[in-house]
Amino acid sequence: MSIGTLAPPTVAVPEAVLGGVERSHVWRKLLRNPVALAGAFVLLVVIGAAVAAPYVAPHDPARQSLIRRFTPPVWAHGGNTAYILGTDQVGRDILSRIIYGARVSLIVGISAVVVSLLVGVTLGLFSGFLRGRVDAVIMTVVDVTLSFPQLLLALAFVAALGPSLVTIIVVLGLTGWERYTRVVRAEVLALREKDFVEAARAMGASPMRMVLRHLLPNTFSSIIVMSTLQVAQAILQEAALSFLGVGTGSAHPTWGQMIALGRDFVSVAWWLATFPGLAILLTVLAINLVGDRLRDALDPRVR
Amino acid sequence: MLTLVMRRIVRLVVVLAGVSLVTFAILHVSGDPVSLMMPEAPDADRVALRQSMGFNEPLPVQFARFVGNIARGDFGQSFFHRAPALPLVLERMPTTLLLTVLAMALSLSIAVPIGIVSAVRRNSVFDHGATFVVFLGTSMPVFWTGIMLILLFAVRLRFLPVSGWESWTALVLPTLTLATASTPLLLRIVRSSMLEVINLDYVRTARAKGVSERIVIWHHALVNAALPLVTVAGLQFGLLLGGAVVTETVFAVPGVGRLIVGAIRQLDFPIVQAGVFLLALIVVLVNFAVDMLYIYLNPQIRVR
Repeated sequence: MSIGTLAPPTVAVPEAVLGGVERSHVWRKLLRNPVALAGAFVLLVVIGAAVAAPYVAPHDPARQSLIRRFTPPVWAHGGNTAYILGTDQVGRDILSRIIYGARVSLIVGISAVVVSLLVGVTLGLFSGFLRGRVDAVIMTVVDVTLSFPQLLLALAFVAALGPSLVTIIVVLGLTGWERYTRVVRAEVLALREKDFVEAARAMGASPMRMVLRHLLPNTFSSIIVMSTLQVAQAILQEAALSFLGVGTGSAHPTWGQMIALGRDFVSVAWWLATFPGLAILLTVLAINLVGDRLRDALDPRVR
Repeated sequence: MLTLVMRRIVRLVVVLAGVSLVTFAILHVSGDPVSLMMPEAPDADRVALRQSMGFNEPLPVQFARFVGNIARGDFGQSFFHRAPALPLVLERMPTTLLLTVLAMALSLSIAVPIGIVSAVRRNSVFDHGATFVVFLGTSMPVFWTGIMLILLFAVRLRFLPVSGWESWTALVLPTLTLATASTPLLLRIVRSSMLEVINLDYVRTARAKGVSERIVIWHHALVNAALPLVTVAGLQFGLLLGGAVVTETVFAVPGVGRLIVGAIRQLDFPIVQAGVFLLALIVVLVNFAVDMLYIYLNPQIRVR
């Protein structure tokens, strides 16, 4: 059969959503928006602080000093310019701990989303492309996952597996994938009826090629937007886990842990719980704002 | 319609089987439930426990027994309280449900009117303000919101109790905290589903007939915008229960969430399993009820 020797289908599929011109359009749209710009700026500061923590933190986050305990922030009565955001119940510098805490939040937030993404997108592609029984099984798993409050499930499994950074990442990743599956599945179901997919099929593209070359690239813009917003969610979940005491199990300070400690001293030292919470709020808000504008810029329906 | 109801019931049963499998997995995922339950016990005790709990048997056999047990309401004995786990969870359930339902009611009563005004006056200052508050609300960690409210109302202003569960005033801060977590999402849904119907032909027709704007919005538009809201409110219920776990811990509310968090610290797994299973069961049942309501409310399905 000579058909088999034909060149592989190289139909210029909408390669897709993010071609050259399109991409600069997206960036321009993002940069023109002051709110998204502010969000991006905050995000850069947080990432910079996390990466360069040893250089930008004014103090060692673990160094205790009982004479300096409960130093209020610099602008309050009794504040000390050396400890801008004050010190905690054992005299550790709050600002330095927040800077180091950014590391855990960002690592967990991003890695957990990578895990969710790999699991969720794969299952979504299978579900939408194969349909039938595979789809039914995968969607049942999605329904089961949705039945548990995510935090509760993560809490139980982290406790069962023993707290560690890897456990937190894997558990948060494996409890947060179902959104990817639902969205990718829906998009694949819609895409597979399109002409270019039909053309690829007619030209003899293998199922693998159809999925990886023609279907997957066309779901990228939703995946990018979703992932951005999911990083924000994962950071909130990690904070809640370490607030509830099943944290990373390491000596590194986390924002959630700091708030948990601060809760016990809320009537004597308000700054202990307030500032780490503001750090979470600002980081998550920044990610959400950037993600939202990204959606506006990437989503053709809004454009 | 009847076949649709039947199909939903089948799905309910399948999902419940999945929920029990996940609950079962909590104890077995580490590979060795015995060292999870008693990390420092001597070997002889471990062997005895393994024997008495049947951990030597193949996992499918253990799972079958687990399902049989929970069907009879037996989640085992709490190690810490030295009492059956299920009644301990059940007696705290009303508190958690009260908190969740109150927060849901508060959320809806804020989200519906504000969402409608936001949609009607799209791109106004009010709309932009509401959108920003939505972002703020979704970006705040629930437990931190709770602590900040304690700081403001209990420590500074001193007119509400910091924690505990003695009088109705103790309900105020936890409800408020939980509602800040769920209101933003509901508001977003109300706004977007209102925007969807507000420009449809029948709404325009109503306006053209000279129906007053208030009736157009509240009667013609809202009724149709309510359908997605019903579904989302069901999904939100699970989110609220998760939030209740954290909120109860912050305010020392004697509910299921606080019980579970305490049990996790004490490695009291029968309580953890019973609590997680019951909360998931509630979510499943609420969503089933929502499905039924949806079938009943949606004329397109009802007729068929």
